Amino acid sequence: MTATLPGRVAGDPVVTKEPEASSRVSVRVPLLVATAVLLVAALLGVSIGPAGVSLSDTVGSLLVHVPFLHIHTQASHLDQAIVWQIRLPRVVLAGLVGAMLAAGGASYQGVFRNPLADPYLLGVAAGAGLGATIVIVSGPGLSELLPVAAFVGGVGAVVLTYLVGANTGGRASGPSILLAGVAVAALLTAIQTYLQQRNAQDLQQVYTWILGRLTVASWSDVVLILPYVAVSAFVLLAHRRMLDVLRVGEDEAGSLGVDPARVRLVVVAAATLGTAAAVSVSGLIGFVGIIAPHAVRLATNSSYRVVMPVSMIGGAAFLILADLAARTVQAPDEIPIGVVTAVVGAPFFLFVLRSKRARQGVL
Amino acid sequence: MNNHTTRRLLAAAVVIPVILALGCTSSPTAAPVAATNTSYPVVIHAANGKVTIAHRPTAIVSLTATGTEMLYAIGAGAQVKAVDKNSDYPAGAPMTSLDGNSPNVEAIVNYKPDLVVVSDDPAGFQSQLSALGIPVLEDPATSTLAQSYQQYLQLGQATGHAAGAQTEVAHVKAQIAQVVAATPKPTSSESYYYELDQTYFSATSSTFIGNVFSLLGLKNIADASADAVSSGGYPQLNAEYILKANPTYIFLADTLCCAQNASTVAARPGWSTLSAVSNHRIVPLNDDIASRWGPRVVTLLQDVATTVKAQRRAPAA
Repeated sequence: MTATLPGRVAGDPVVTKEPEASSRVSVRVPLLVATAVLLVAALLGVSIGPAGVSLSDTVGSLLVHVPFLHIHTQASHLDQAIVWQIRLPRVVLAGLVGAMLAAGGASYQGVFRNPLADPYLLGVAAGAGLGATIVIVSGPGLSELLPVAAFVGGVGAVVLTYLVGANTGGRASGPSILLAGVAVAALLTAIQTYLQQRNAQDLQQVYTWILGRLTVASWSDVVLILPYVAVSAFVLLAHRRMLDVLRVGEDEAGSLGVDPARVRLVVVAAATLGTAAAVSVSGLIGFVGIIAPHAVRLATNSSYRVVMPVSMIGGAAFLILADLAARTVQAPDEIPIGVVTAVVGAPFFLFVLRSKRARQGVL
Repeated sequence: MNNHTTRRLLAAAVVIPVILALGCTSSPTAAPVAATNTSYPVVIHAANGKVTIAHRPTAIVSLTATGTEMLYAIGAGAQVKAVDKNSDYPAGAPMTSLDGNSPNVEAIVNYKPDLVVVSDDPAGFQSQLSALGIPVLEDPATSTLAQSYQQYLQLGQATGHAAGAQTEVAHVKAQIAQVVAATPKPTSSESYYYELDQTYFSATSSTFIGNVFSLLGLKNIADASADAVSSGGYPQLNAEYILKANPTYIFLADTLCCAQNASTVAARPGWSTLSAVSNHRIVPLNDDIASRWGPRVVTLLQDVATTVKAQRRAPAA
């Protein structure tokens, strides 16, 4: 496996250079393709749904909300509400969550140099699941606290993992953090399982949350997670070149002036913040964090300069389409989105894995 | 768990006196106390096969809330020694910490039961109890009123209250017929959305609750469910479908579990456009009563009929 070292930017300790023209081309094309796919996915997501709102009414319902246009629509209030208050926030939220999970997966795979790493590796999912379960079994009056509890649980789990994984010098190596993550996740999952079994009457609510709850997506959810996702995405994108350096190995990265532990801490903190925010409103949606980055790697190249931004856009498109399937394939029934991402994602991933680039050992 | 249980008990404490004050449902103490009218041993053909009961049980353990309500309704309450933690009705039932969902056999045996009533057997503990010579009667969730009546009769046979069971079945049937007769027929198609939780899980007409509601001539919007069979009659509906269906009524069976009410429904994004919201046709139900197929189904039907009558007598513009 060969690492592609990035072009130099101000402040970067890395001195390796790449031809500027080829660098721009290699990022631009995948970005443009991914953005086009995202736009198509978003358009499909907004246009199609179990309510069967006509295309003109859908467009009208969207345009009336565009400032300064002063457009009037023939769409009924009901159809406008369906498009603007039910369907669109769901598409936007799926996009944000998909982007965040993909970025989280790519980041974890980079800092731990482990292709199987996903955003839930260090206990975010287990912690969020425990937080959500505690609120659900504590009684009905606390349901407003569900996202907060899931977020605190997710972040708390990763902090605990870091504390447990740190060696006596206070610094944590990659393998020790991974092992600590496994242990913390197992412990928190055990507590969560105990609580849900002791409160069997709430079992359905717990499972509904775990299997993904974009079904009740609203603008308030979007507003709730947007700041976290934005900050997280900014930090991860800013560190994409560092992730490329880490791929050559911790010692080598150190010799190039990069502090692997510091980079790991910053990247994990940012990825955790965003992932915890995403799962706090979406529940535990699997597979996105593994599929999106690997698909991008296999389709383009393995540099994080490309993988990070394109994975975000690709992850957003993937989850929007998965959610579209979840709400339309068996309409008016919902299919748990976690099931869709696994059923659709696993064969797709295998297909990509068997492609030419995989055989060439790019993965 | 304790908070939840406490809340349920408090809810029951509020609801029960209201029900008794209304005097329009079967009172748990009103059932006839019949003498043993079964000759033992008796063989019952229950959901779990042939169950032989050697003598009149005097130490019944009920691990099903509906079973507990039925036992008291047919007059077998005095023979009940322990009930599970969800059996919160009637008030005098000897509630314990026994868990009907994940029962511990030793904890059950500790009550020295001579009959155990369950609604299902998730852990396969029946064979263990049977090995100890303790008969187990399984009365699973029913999908029709007729099936629930069979369970009363079965419990009556098992406990020596066959006559009491027949009386109770006749009583419930008569009350249901009375409610239905007192409710005007719909002049136009009326639909409803039955909500099990705030993520839009619902129940189709193939379920017990759907069966009961159909008595009032209501059309269930969940019946369009593409996969009613594999979802067991409890599909998760899509929000925009519910809005588009614009049901005449919304019945909330998630008032206790999930603190839902007319205000929380109206506050959901887009839901204020629904006619059920603007016409005040949102009916909060007691989750516990709505999820059981016992004697309080009459109370449930009355709650629903009250709103249905109001709609039919003064249809919204």
